[in-house]
Amino acid sequence: MTTIDERIPSTLPVTARTPWWSNLRRMVAPLLFMSPASLLVLVFFFTPVLILFGISLTNLSSSTGFRNWEWVGLENYRRIFVHPQSVDVFRNTVKYVLFTLALFNVGLAMVLALLTTHIPRRTGFFFRSLWLLPRITPSVVYIMMWKYMAADAPYGILNQHLFGPLGVEPTNWLPAQAWAFVILTNGFVGASFGMIIFTSAIESIPRDYMIAALVDGCNLLQRIRYVILPMLRWPLLFVTTYQTLSLLTSFEYILLLTEGQFNTEVWSLWAYQRALNNYWGNFQWGFGAALAMILVGVGLLMAVVYMRYFQFNQLVQEPKIEAL
Amino acid sequence: MMEVRLIQLTKRFGDVTAVDRVDLEVGHGEFVALLGPSGCGKTTTLLMIAGIYAPTGGEIRFDDRVVNRIPPKDRNIGMVFQSYALYPHMTVLENITFPMRLKKVPKEVMLKRAQEVADMMGIGHLMDRRPGQLSGGQQQRVALGRALAKEPDILLFDEPLSNLDARLRLSMRAEIKRLQIELGITSIYVTHDQVEAMTMADRIAVMREGKLQAYETPDDLYDRPKNLFIAGFIGNPPMNFLDVEVVHQGERYLARRPGLEVAVAPERAQKAAGRGTVILGIRPEDVTVGQGPIQGQVYVVEPLGRDDLLDIQVGDIRIHALADPARRYAMGDSVQLAIDPDAVQFFDPRTEQSLLWT
Repeated sequence: MTTIDERIPSTLPVTARTPWWSNLRRMVAPLLFMSPASLLVLVFFFTPVLILFGISLTNLSSSTGFRNWEWVGLENYRRIFVHPQSVDVFRNTVKYVLFTLALFNVGLAMVLALLTTHIPRRTGFFFRSLWLLPRITPSVVYIMMWKYMAADAPYGILNQHLFGPLGVEPTNWLPAQAWAFVILTNGFVGASFGMIIFTSAIESIPRDYMIAALVDGCNLLQRIRYVILPMLRWPLLFVTTYQTLSLLTSFEYILLLTEGQFNTEVWSLWAYQRALNNYWGNFQWGFGAALAMILVGVGLLMAVVYMRYFQFNQLVQEPKIEAL
Repeated sequence: MMEVRLIQLTKRFGDVTAVDRVDLEVGHGEFVALLGPSGCGKTTTLLMIAGIYAPTGGEIRFDDRVVNRIPPKDRNIGMVFQSYALYPHMTVLENITFPMRLKKVPKEVMLKRAQEVADMMGIGHLMDRRPGQLSGGQQQRVALGRALAKEPDILLFDEPLSNLDARLRLSMRAEIKRLQIELGITSIYVTHDQVEAMTMADRIAVMREGKLQAYETPDDLYDRPKNLFIAGFIGNPPMNFLDVEVVHQGERYLARRPGLEVAVAPERAQKAAGRGTVILGIRPEDVTVGQGPIQGQVYVVEPLGRDDLLDIQVGDIRIHALADPARRYAMGDSVQLAIDPDAVQFFDPRTEQSLLWT
């Protein structure tokens, strides 16, 4: 049973007779309901960032060990700022995220979702399943297949079976077109995520809208342009944001494919190599943490920018005005 | 204005026949309702007329043109949906002008027409709102405005009032009927609500399990039902059905069953006499409570306001009758009933066809 008291919105002025603790209780209740989720966010998101930031202010490395490290303030950040590699790596990261995202993770994903929802259902389902194959292949196997395809002259599927017969001079494809392969390998896997999200969003558009658009005079392309795409703003925002953040921090395909050679080093790979996989065996945790911290900052910034660009406030609709 | 003709129109989805050889003819400026319980194929028929579904068989003609293969955008149709189907990302004005933008109507003409239609619908002051900010009634007006502003040859309605509350439904019903008569646009209106169909349509096509049951004016449908289904489906409270035997006795014809014997009009009874058991149909408003040859007991009283609906036990059956609430009948009262001898219907129990009107 709810008492009358509990049903009064908390914004109403509290009368003098209300005891102070019931007021307090009313404020605590919503917090209690939110606490499990809040706790998860605190433990698994905020705390690691705080620890990361802490480490980034130290010179912690395998040579200092866990005893002899010192606080060094913003020294790591200064070193990154003046590091000869920084600009190149930053530029590579932008290039990597931008092209993979635009061409594949959002672009191709949308094209696939639209194509497979405009053909018979079963056929669409079949083609979407095909696109999921690279995602469920172990990444090492997946990259091995690409490497086999792009192997140095005179070997490789490209040289022997695809471009060779067309009269193209055999080449060491991976060094020659390193960026194309970095983006292709990531994009082929990345596209399936957006494809699934967009497909379910398209299929959940009420049928009446689809019919109304055709009756109103749209051809199929116009229906996509004027009706379907505008209704996909929310999934578009989600996929773009999520995939930006995910690409910023992902490096395993690049690591397996080129190890950052041929000028394909990206920020997260750099952090990984400095902090956890150093050739000379000196793991620079402090420096690596600072590198990672910059990624956190950039990610946050991008998320805010996307929210503004997609007008998040307008996506959350205003209440109805009930009147004839 | 346009004439619509369906000729042996059929739609199958796999093994299911949703629409089965329907012949229908909608005249210039006529208002036709497709009426039937859910799953009877009425919406499928409408969507074939709109061009969303391609017919499996038969023809759809707009005037003399066969439109079976013509895409929806080239049919110049306006459509109103139960869910309104207003584009949530567009304002009211953008929604209304959207079909005209696609038709490349010049901007001034477009804005002028949109404003006219909006004023006519009483939503002229809401032009820059979004659908989400409007009430159900306002949204339905916008949807109607969108369908009208493109100046369609045919208007299609798919249960447009079902989402509105009762009072609003009443006023929208009147408004749509008036608009349709004033503008004279050929209209096809799908509904499962017989009151909507009866009050608005010039003619009603009753459908059941994909087949056309009847296609008549509301009055004919009500007074001269062709079969048992229509008799039971049209009218609220529904018609009473009794198994009787009709016998000729001197000058009179009597309908008889155990515990009940009533005189019926000879011109009707003739067609039912000597056939053994037939089904007699009589509407509750044609059963008079007070004086009469039938003895019964009030089983339950349902006050409807203007009338009381009495459920009266007569022998082993129950008969519905409408009575004056001032008489204050109560449960258990003994009453006498009379049946209007000129209002009875007779049906063949085997074929379920009317013995009077076929």
